[in-house]
Amino acid sequence: MQLDTIAAISTPMGEGAIAIVRLSGEQAIEIAGRLFQGVGGKKLTDVASHTIHYGHLIDPRTEEVAEEVMVSVMKGPKTFTKEDVVEINCHGGLVSVNRVLQLVLNAGARLADPGEFTKRAFLNGRIDLSQAEAVMDLIRAKTDRAMNVALGQMEGRLSRLISRLRQEILETLAHVEVNIDYPEYDDVEEMTHQLLIEKAQYVREEIKKLLQTSQQGKILREGLSTVIVGRPNVGKSSLLNSLVHENKAIVTDIPGTTRDVIEEYVNVRGVPLRLLDTAGIRETEDIVERIGVERSRQVLKEADLILLVLNYADDLTVEDENIFKAVEGMDVIVIVNKTDLPQKIDLDRVKDLAKDHKLVTTSLLEDVGIDELEEAIAALFFAGSIEAGDMTYVSNSRHIALLNQSLNSIEEAITNVQAGVPIDIVQIDLTRTWELLGEIIGESVHESLIDQLFSQFCLGK
Amino acid sequence: MQYEAGNYDVIVIGAGHAGAEAGLAAARQGAKTLVLTINLDMVAFMPCNPSVGGPAKGIVVREIDALGGEMGKNIDKTYIQMRMLNTGKGPAVRALRAQADKFAYQHEMKKTMEDEPNLTLVQGMVEQLIIEDDTCKGVITKTGAKYTAKTVVITTGTFLRGEIILGELKYSSGPNNQQPSIRLSEHLEELGFDLVRFKTGTPPRVDSLTIDYSKTEIQPGDDEPRAFSYETTKYITDQLPCWLTYTNEKTHQIIDSNLHRSPMYSGMIKGTGPRYCPSIEDKIVRFNDKPRHQIFLEPEGRNTQEVYVQGLSTSLPEDVQHKILQTLPGLENVQMMRAGYAIEYDAIVPTQLWPTLETKKIKNLYTAGQINGTSGYEEAAGQGLMAGLNAGRRALGRDEVILSRSDAYIGVLIDDLVTKGTNEPYRLLTSRAEYRLLLRHDNADLRLTEIGHQVGLISEERYQKFLAKKAAVEAEKERLQSIIIKPKQEVQELIKSQGGSELKDGIKAIDLLKRPEMSYGHIAQIVPSEVELDDEVTEQVEIQVKYEGYIEKSLQQVERLKKMENKKIPTDIDYDAIPSLASEARQKLKKVLPLSIAQASRISGVNPADISILLVYLEQGRIARVSNE
Repeated sequence: MQLDTIAAISTPMGEGAIAIVRLSGEQAIEIAGRLFQGVGGKKLTDVASHTIHYGHLIDPRTEEVAEEVMVSVMKGPKTFTKEDVVEINCHGGLVSVNRVLQLVLNAGARLADPGEFTKRAFLNGRIDLSQAEAVMDLIRAKTDRAMNVALGQMEGRLSRLISRLRQEILETLAHVEVNIDYPEYDDVEEMTHQLLIEKAQYVREEIKKLLQTSQQGKILREGLSTVIVGRPNVGKSSLLNSLVHENKAIVTDIPGTTRDVIEEYVNVRGVPLRLLDTAGIRETEDIVERIGVERSRQVLKEADLILLVLNYADDLTVEDENIFKAVEGMDVIVIVNKTDLPQKIDLDRVKDLAKDHKLVTTSLLEDVGIDELEEAIAALFFAGSIEAGDMTYVSNSRHIALLNQSLNSIEEAITNVQAGVPIDIVQIDLTRTWELLGEIIGESVHESLIDQLFSQFCLGK
Repeated sequence: MQYEAGNYDVIVIGAGHAGAEAGLAAARQGAKTLVLTINLDMVAFMPCNPSVGGPAKGIVVREIDALGGEMGKNIDKTYIQMRMLNTGKGPAVRALRAQADKFAYQHEMKKTMEDEPNLTLVQGMVEQLIIEDDTCKGVITKTGAKYTAKTVVITTGTFLRGEIILGELKYSSGPNNQQPSIRLSEHLEELGFDLVRFKTGTPPRVDSLTIDYSKTEIQPGDDEPRAFSYETTKYITDQLPCWLTYTNEKTHQIIDSNLHRSPMYSGMIKGTGPRYCPSIEDKIVRFNDKPRHQIFLEPEGRNTQEVYVQGLSTSLPEDVQHKILQTLPGLENVQMMRAGYAIEYDAIVPTQLWPTLETKKIKNLYTAGQINGTSGYEEAAGQGLMAGLNAGRRALGRDEVILSRSDAYIGVLIDDLVTKGTNEPYRLLTSRAEYRLLLRHDNADLRLTEIGHQVGLISEERYQKFLAKKAAVEAEKERLQSIIIKPKQEVQELIKSQGGSELKDGIKAIDLLKRPEMSYGHIAQIVPSEVELDDEVTEQVEIQVKYEGYIEKSLQQVERLKKMENKKIPTDIDYDAIPSLASEARQKLKKVLPLSIAQASRISGVNPADISILLVYLEQGRIARVSNE
């Protein structure tokens, strides 16, 4: 039995430091091979079965390195599904794993349905007869769960936004269709290339906006990336330790095989923080010496939150002032540490520099001021631009994948309409966009186009 | 008194557009065929608009022709006007439409049927089917004639328990005041068929001599000669125009103030009408912001003054119809010759049919056309052809023929009917086809001639001609693939004159043709073919080359679908034995009894999880059988 190649994220979301994207099917190795750049130019199509390979995934569109990965190649029939299987191990976390999934989907794999790997295992004879019932129940259960998730999403603004967008596309489609099926009706405006481009561009922008919210979803899922910055010996490590010890670390200390990563996840009064890995923090120490160097600025720029630490028992220095300059315009909490020692710092000057930023004084050594700091973090988060309660964000990896596919599809429509391809052919891409968006909210019934046609236009003899 | 009237291979009940094709398709395969009609003067009659074709429908006519049916040839002999629609759009949606001389059309079709060696055309009203062991063995007419046959095709159109509604008036009637068929409808109910009540309508006809055409816009036919049939070589050059006028505020006022007399709104009409063919009162009510609606005036033939008022379908009382007509520019003094009316009729729920159009309940019994819940002459003819073909093949001991959704609009139509059913009279629209780029007007022959030839409806001569065309297309594509066009002065100028950007380097002729601004004509100007090529060939080359990417994409989808089409579901499958199926899916599956996984997946209410479960179940059965052996 020959089936197309499917792909899905096969590790639980957001719960591990390593995630796996699994592909199964005839073209699994070929698809992964198209993206993979191994050490020494090794090709996946040439490697032995059941071997693992280190390398990078290259985005074919930008030709840039997208992810650092370990790839296992397993040729059928000695695999779970009895088909060729490729497992791409990448860094955990929603963004990395989604990027990998997106790359393989763009390269020709299809997003797997719930339970589909198991189903294939069965259909290919991997699971024996007595397990068939269980497989069927599993498919049902997984689908129901996926439906529940979808329903949960549907209640939110996300589904309303997508429904509205689909309605826009549907009206445009109906308009194209009515021109085709009722060419002589002059009371229906002709759908011109210009009009179609405007519509398609609008749809593209809306999809892009939705995809941007997946970044905010990322923040909630992964935590605000938080950088602790300050001169040497102001108490940055103590601050890190206090936050970690006070609050239970969610994920700790998983050294990767490729770089020395330690990511600290902490939950501060409901606000998830991802304290920049130690490499990052070490990096920030360099900042003091290398302010003005572009790379250092970059590190700070990528942070969602800056914890700027000053020494209560020391004079303000030029370096301190440079740090203030470097974090201008960002979300910053200023911490004046070591209040257990005699004051040397000019607090009025600090207040001047801090401007509107929250200022907290602490003695991390004596556990003073930690509460206040935590409150400040929470206040900043909940009062700020990121409002957790009423936010529409896309966090489901399946949804992100579908949104990305919709984006590709609408971009293709725009390219074609610009190239002068007839509208009824461009319509194929437009319909595809509409269907993909429909999959997000679990609606893809074609009949609604015909309903739209007759409710929108007055037709018939 | 009953009497033995004869024995046939195939009996067709009805001689409308479905019955005519069914009878001819059966007879031309070599089956001894009887066609029974209530009225011999009404063979292939057009009770509504005098036209054939249009978007999607026109492509169906081409498909019928490629399969060896008659509709295309018949309209080519009898049109008064021919137009290609959607010429400004892509190749997938171009469609031909003809205005018919409706009288010439039916006479021509009747003569063709009479001349067909294996076909017997007889007047008679069938009241009963002969059923033994759930198998149809023949028919009995009102006059007691008992005909036996191996298979029977019912194509009764809107005659089943037909009722005409005109204002406050309602009476039992077939279309155009024909005798309705009441007993047969009751008989079908007794046999256990589910029937639904549908409604359709027709506008008034007026006297051409009382129209002031100077107040209307002329709608002429195309100058370029066109034909539906691939066999047609003679074209009618003397075309008649149609005319366009509009409704206005006065029209709308009259309708508005008489709505209480409309059977649509008084509740007298219970049947479901088609949305794509609304009555004028419906249009005014639903789209009351529209200041005007188009009205086309279409001649009904060459030897008549009757004019069909397209756009004014209505069941309002006769006196109101008169007043409405006289508000139209050009029709101020018009004489109405026949009033418009609505007609209600019985149709059978089409999910009771196999994709061959044989009924699931009664073996060797087929139904086609409006009785299956469709509307339109072309939809009827397409089904008639397929039902007649399959009924003939069954009678002759051959296997069945089913067109897929990627083969033909006819495939889309039949699959929609038997898989999804319909809750209004079903009309084909291009948007119902998911592969419409493959289902084009121009390539109907490439899609279907092979099948038509195999089943014996396409002559050897025509088949050879078809093969030659196909070879010519391939040869020309290869030639363009092998030629490099150099960026010479005259080439650059030609490209520039078409608004394209100049060549930087040599380019394959085939790639230059792919540019949107370049046509085959331009390429041939630069690198002419040594052999003379038919227009049909060059058109085909142009379309295949220009839209290659999109066509390829569609073909890939079809390929995936084919895998699912090839996974057959046994018809004796016990859906109750699959506990994991969702209950809605189980009910639908039990009703439709899909023949393949692909068909099952198109049933609304059957979701992908159910399909997966079904696949697993079928595989389980296969494994069980293997291990038992």
